[in-house]
Amino acid sequence: MTEVTFKIFRYKPGVIDPPRYDTFKIEVDEQMSVLDVLEKLRINDETLTYRHSCHHGSCGTCGMLVNGKEVLACVANVLALGTTEVTVEPLRNAPLVSDLVVSMEPFFNKYAPVEMPLIRQSEYLPEGKPSEEVGSYTRYESCLECGLCLSACPVVATDPAYLGPAALAAAARVVQEPRGQDVPAILQMVDNAEGCWRCHSAMECSEVCPNDVDPGSMIMYLRQHLISDKLKHLF
Amino acid sequence: MGKPHVVIVGGGATGAALAHDLTLRGVRVTIVERGEVTSGTTGRHHGLLHSGARYAVKDQESAKECIQENMILRKIAPGTFELNNGLFVAITDEDMAYHDAFLAGLETCAIPYQEITTQEALQREPNLNPAVKAAVEVPDGTMDAMRLPLRFLATAQHNGAVIKTYTQVTKLLMKDKTVVGVRVRDHVTEKTYDIGADLVVNAAGAWSDKIAAMAGVHVPMQPSPGVLVAVYGRWNNMVLNRMHRSGDGDIILPQRTLSVIGTSSWVVKDPDQLEMKKEHIELMYKMGAMLVPAVKNAPMRAAWAAARPLIGSESGATTGRELSRTFKCFDHEDRDNVIGFVTITGGKATTARGMAEVTANVVVEKLGLDVACRTREVVLLPHTAYYRRGV
Repeated sequence: MTEVTFKIFRYKPGVIDPPRYDTFKIEVDEQMSVLDVLEKLRINDETLTYRHSCHHGSCGTCGMLVNGKEVLACVANVLALGTTEVTVEPLRNAPLVSDLVVSMEPFFNKYAPVEMPLIRQSEYLPEGKPSEEVGSYTRYESCLECGLCLSACPVVATDPAYLGPAALAAAARVVQEPRGQDVPAILQMVDNAEGCWRCHSAMECSEVCPNDVDPGSMIMYLRQHLISDKLKHLF
Repeated sequence: MGKPHVVIVGGGATGAALAHDLTLRGVRVTIVERGEVTSGTTGRHHGLLHSGARYAVKDQESAKECIQENMILRKIAPGTFELNNGLFVAITDEDMAYHDAFLAGLETCAIPYQEITTQEALQREPNLNPAVKAAVEVPDGTMDAMRLPLRFLATAQHNGAVIKTYTQVTKLLMKDKTVVGVRVRDHVTEKTYDIGADLVVNAAGAWSDKIAAMAGVHVPMQPSPGVLVAVYGRWNNMVLNRMHRSGDGDIILPQRTLSVIGTSSWVVKDPDQLEMKKEHIELMYKMGAMLVPAVKNAPMRAAWAAARPLIGSESGATTGRELSRTFKCFDHEDRDNVIGFVTITGGKATTARGMAEVTANVVVEKLGLDVACRTREVVLLPHTAYYRRGV
């Protein structure tokens, strides 16, 4: 067990306003995640609010800043952070609701119109390959809709109209694997000054993505797709 | 006359499905949930869309509920499930001894199945233990533990339900022996206020006995946690199960690019105090490797515990394995002479819609309404609609 000091961002509109940081000392073992620590703290302080659901990096609800970096708290091992003082704050570039909770409404208002289906074709297993005659399998899309990429994106920080990395990556997935979606309409949605052309290629989104969606490269994929489309129409 | 108002305590799978059912029947619904929706047990389950095969021998009531609901969910939540089926495999002689009883159970519970050769099983799942002696395919599927209930919540919200998160019930408001509402603490505004109700439904899952105690009654619910381990690598595409009585570490579910091994089972008094048992993590790895040897060396993404709300025997369970996975609706008027208060507990994510139907039948009768259930047919909104309240 190692003693770690947690500095936790607290905010309640009109009550803890301006925000403050509460400090807790807690004994941590090698298994514990930042989310496990929050769960322990909440037993003694029921007013501590944060989002969480699956506890294994699959639902995408517990995105927050840990020592200033966007992570999913449930898969952020505390001792692996390598600091005995850990700061926990809400995601950036989203409306603050309470403590570590931000509103996901703006995220989904940009993301949902892409209408990326949840289910995609499965790729091959890491070892071995099912034989050819086996029918295709499906799996969930990799994007967890966690919002870490929007929090890390320097363009989103200054331009609220920008579609942002998550929606653009979803659009690229639809272009790659349409599954019945309207590809020309999706391309029209992203082919403008607030769409894929707004990206500055800072690649912060890909850096923080917890599930290797790599939105930065997906945005570049969209641009190449649009350019090659336009070139084709020139001739 | 205005619509009757029902307050549902708990924003998990049960509360979500119940809110959907009641709003379709013309009831005004408010859900109060102390944290984020699905932050209790719901979000932490495996993600198994049960065919019922897991319970086909020992717990046939649950098995029948599962296959029935499995088929309904495919219709009302299209696009939500990975429908890759499940494979029950015998690895040891002990597993083989279970084979005939297993097939008989599948027949009794009307669960469709197909026995496939071990050669075909290994072709389809190349990472499966080559010692496999028998393989039976069933209509298991996988779901995203949060996104299915979000579809119920989204649809309920669209039909007028109010969902209050970070809103904790501190007291049930009583007038003599009648529950007339709830007192809540809003953890965002730090205000305490009362919500009146014609009826209160306790859908707090593993916390339901705590809520029942506020009305001075008790529900025989036993919180029974299990440990689950997610490892990197999608080692199988079908749900792999050991063909034996359900035990520790006998199921591996593919989930996105991960594989989830589950579970262990024990019992606790307080579902808020779930200590992570390190030896259970080791057990998941060891037993999981019996199904898929490669998981032994797969790096761990996360280990976590979730408290199942099982209908407990009053005499006290020890591991939780002996308890049925079925659900129970308690009308506290019949049971305890407390009016306007109903508890729904037990069950599973796969059966949440059916649990809601049974409970809503009780609720509308008590409210003097005569409206039939429509949740077998109504197709749910996408999960993203839950967050888009202004649209």
